[in-house]
Amino acid sequence: MATGTEPPPTHSGVHGATRATIGARHLRTDRWWLSPALTAGGLLAFVLYSTWRAFANADYYAAPYVSPFYSPCLSENCAPMRGGPNWEIIGGWWGLSPALLILIFPLGFRLTCYYYRKAYYRGFWASPPACAVAEPHKKYTGETRFPLILQNLHRYFFYAALLVAGILTYDTVLTFRDEQYAWGHMGLGTVVFLVNIVLIWAYTLSCHSCRHIVGGRLKHFSRHPVRYRLWGWVSKLNARHMQLAWASLISVGLADFYVYLVASGAFDDPRFF
Amino acid sequence: MSSYQAGFRVWRGDQDGGELEDFTVEVNEGEVVLDIIHRLQATQASDLAVRWNCKAGKCGSCSAEINGRPRLMCMTRMSVFTREETITVTPLRAFPVVRDLVTDVSFNYAKARDVPSFVPPPGVAAGDYRMRQVDVDRSQEFRKCIECFLCQDTCHVVRDHEENKPAFAGPRFLMRVAELDMHPLDAAAESGLDRKKTAQEEHGLGYCNITKCCTEVCPEGIKITDNALIPLKERAADRKYDPLVWLGNKIRRRGE
Ligand code: SF4
Ligand code: SF4
Ligand code: FES
Ligand code: FES
Repeated sequence: MATGTEPPPTHSGVHGATRATIGARHLRTDRWWLSPALTAGGLLAFVLYSTWRAFANADYYAAPYVSPFYSPCLSENCAPMRGGPNWEIIGGWWGLSPALLILIFPLGFRLTCYYYRKAYYRGFWASPPACAVAEPHKKYTGETRFPLILQNLHRYFFYAALLVAGILTYDTVLTFRDEQYAWGHMGLGTVVFLVNIVLIWAYTLSCHSCRHIVGGRLKHFSRHPVRYRLWGWVSKLNARHMQLAWASLISVGLADFYVYLVASGAFDDPRFF
Repeated sequence: MSSYQAGFRVWRGDQDGGELEDFTVEVNEGEVVLDIIHRLQATQASDLAVRWNCKAGKCGSCSAEINGRPRLMCMTRMSVFTREETITVTPLRAFPVVRDLVTDVSFNYAKARDVPSFVPPPGVAAGDYRMRQVDVDRSQEFRKCIECFLCQDTCHVVRDHEENKPAFAGPRFLMRVAELDMHPLDAAAESGLDRKKTAQEEHGLGYCNITKCCTEVCPEGIKITDNALIPLKERAADRKYDPLVWLGNKIRRRGE
C-alpha cells in the first residue's frame, strides 16, 4: 500500500545530482494518499469476498437465479439448473469449485483492463503512488517486459468478456421464471440481475480495446460512417470507464450475494408477479 | 477582499546546491502565483530567476511546482489557497536545474527531434491538402499542446528514473506520434515508416503504465492517456499481438 514509509532512493530520480536539491520525496500538501488508499481498500475487499465465494462451491443456485460467479458451469459437479447454463464441456474430472474455471475470464479481463491497471499500479504497487510523489522503486521498466508485456493481450479477454456478458444476459432472461420454472414471473432478484447485466454490458462496451476495434483503428472516419458513429457512442461510454468499472464490480458482487442469501435460506426472494 | 501578507517558500540555488527560502509577501485580490513571484523579484529578491512570457497560459514557459504539484504559475490563482497556508514554489523536479525556478528542458527538444515529422502525401501539392473535419478531429485535440512540459515533468517513468530518459520519449512526444499516426494525410506508412512500431520500439511506449498523471496535470485539458497513449498501445497491439486483425488485414487490404 502507498504508505510512503520506504526510504527514497538517493542516487536517481528527484534526488539525482542535476535536479534541484530538495530532500522531500514530494511537497504535496493535499490528501494525495486518499485516492490510492480507497482504491486499494476497495479492490482488496472485492478480492477477499470473491475468493471466499469462488472457493465456497455452495449456495450459488436458487431457482431461477444462478450466481454470476458460477455461470456458465463448465464441469459436471454443478447443481443442475433447468434450462440454465450447465455446459459440462470439461467433463467430470474437475473436483474443485466450478467457479474457478469460469472466473479466469472476467478476472483476466479486469486485471488487464487499462483502468484497473492504473488502479493497482497506483494503489498496490505505488508506481507511482500519486502524481509527483516519488515512487519507492529503484528500477522501472513499465510494461516493456515479461510479465507485464502480457497486458497487451487485453483484447482477447475483451472478446471472452463479450461471450460471458452474453451468457449472463441469458441468465437474466431466465430470472423471469419462478422456482418451478414457469415463465412470466418476476422477483426482486430479477431486478438485481437486470441492473447488474446493464452495468456489465456498459463496462464491457466502454473498454478501450472495444473503442479501438469498433473504429479507433481507422485512419479515415469519413470513409466508414457506421463505424464512426459506433466509435462515437463507445467513446462516450469510455469516458466513464472508471465509474463503470466500479459500478459493475459492485453490482456483480451484490448479484452473487443476493443469490447466496436466497440459496442459503437467509432471505426469501420477494415476488412481484 | 483586501490584500494580505502570504507566506511563500521558494527554492533558490543552482546545480551546486540550494534550498527553500522563506518570504512574506503582499497578495492582492485576483492575483496569480506568477504575480507574487514577480513581486518578490521587484521588492525582495531582485536576482530571482524565473521564466515566463505570456501570463495567459499559452506560451508554456512558467511551468513550476506549486505545493508539490506541477502547474503553470500564471494560471494558478492565489484564491485556491487559504490565507494561512505557506505556498511552496520549486522548479520542475524532473529536469536539471539551471537557477532558482529555471530548469533546462532540452531533454524535451531532443525528444521532439526524434519523432519523424509529417510525411507529405505523394502527388498532392502543399496548397492542395483537403481533409474532412471528422478525420482531423483527433489529431487536432493534440495540437492544443502549449509545450509546457508539465506532463513530461510529472511522468514517473523519467521523473523517478533518470536512466529511462534515453529510452522514453515521454507523454508529450508519444502523443505527437499518435497525432501523426491518426492524421488523415500523413503518408509515413506508404514511405515505409511504421509509426505504431516505432512508438513501441524507439519511443518507449511500453514504459508508460497508463497511470494518467500526464492527463492530470495538462493545463490544456488534453486527454493524453485516453486519446493518445492507450489508442497508440492498441495500435501497436494490432501489429504484434492480434492474429485476428492481422488475418483481417491479409484478407482485405483496404486503404484505411
Ligand atoms: S500515463 Fe504514461 S506517459 Fe502519462 S504520466 Fe503516466 S506513465 Fe507517464
Ligand atoms: S500535453 Fe499538456 S502538459 Fe504536456 S506539454 Fe502539452 S500542454 Fe503541456
Ligand atoms: S475493460 Fe477496461 S480497458 Fe478494456
Ligand atoms: S507565462 Fe505563458 S503559460 Fe504562463
